[in-house]
Amino acid sequence: MTITTRLVLDILKPHRPNALDFVRQILLRNDIHRVRLNLAEMDEKTETVLLHLEGTDIDYEDLVETIARMGGVVHSIDEVEVREAADARSEAD
Amino acid sequence: MFQLTRAGSIARRYFVTNGFDGVLTLFGLLVGFRLSGTTEFGVMIQACLGAAVALGVSGLSSAYISEAAERRKELKALEQAMLHDLSASEYGQAVRLVPLLIACVNGLSPFLLSLLILVPLGLAQRGVPLPWPPLESAIALALAVMFLLGVFLGKISGTHWLGMGLKAIFLGLVTAGLILLIERW
Repeated sequence: MTITTRLVLDILKPHRPNALDFVRQILLRNDIHRVRLNLAEMDEKTETVLLHLEGTDIDYEDLVETIARMGGVVHSIDEVEVREAADARSEAD
Repeated sequence: MFQLTRAGSIARRYFVTNGFDGVLTLFGLLVGFRLSGTTEFGVMIQACLGAAVALGVSGLSSAYISEAAERRKELKALEQAMLHDLSASEYGQAVRLVPLLIACVNGLSPFLLSLLILVPLGLAQRGVPLPWPPLESAIALALAVMFLLGVFLGKISGTHWLGMGLKAIFLGLVTAGLILLIERW
């Protein structure tokens, strides 16, 4: 069994919610404990952001839904780190 | 969702503007009754209630139609920019819910404020003794509500609350003066 511990996503989002509120909403999820957002590009109505996420076992489908609820669209997965669940457990110990 | 669409500030604006419309309309009617010498509380209440209901329905429908159209236009523009359907997002929900909320505020504010102003007349009609004449009390109550709306506007705009309250009363007095002029003419 594998778990996703790190993701970098390229996202297109509207200006609202702003970067801070956007990140806070994602951080409210239990499976994510660290988020960093970099603004890559800004247009009149939209902005492209790179979202760096770290978590215990990131549920990607659910994460995409959270982002979609705020009006965002995932354009690409730019980086991913997946581990064996047993490895992660032993590292934690 | 309301933060996302800034619906709170829009609803607040509608509450004050349409509420003021309602209060001023009722004030005009009451001043008209006072000048005409009508003493039938039942007639006054019915006429004022008719106006309050009409203001409420007008506020409800006009705000819903205009806000729904505005929200749909905004969503369409955003969807075009995003090249993505946003109907499942909070933007999509806002298109459905925000016009309803704003319509309720816009319709209920003149209606409820009008009902408040009619309280002295309603009490007098039911035989409750009042320390002041009911019609004059209702007129004074309308001026007081105008003052409070002005104060509220002053608070949210960050200007001096007393100045805004007095300005609102001044508008009521100008209305009364115009009604008096027309009555004499």
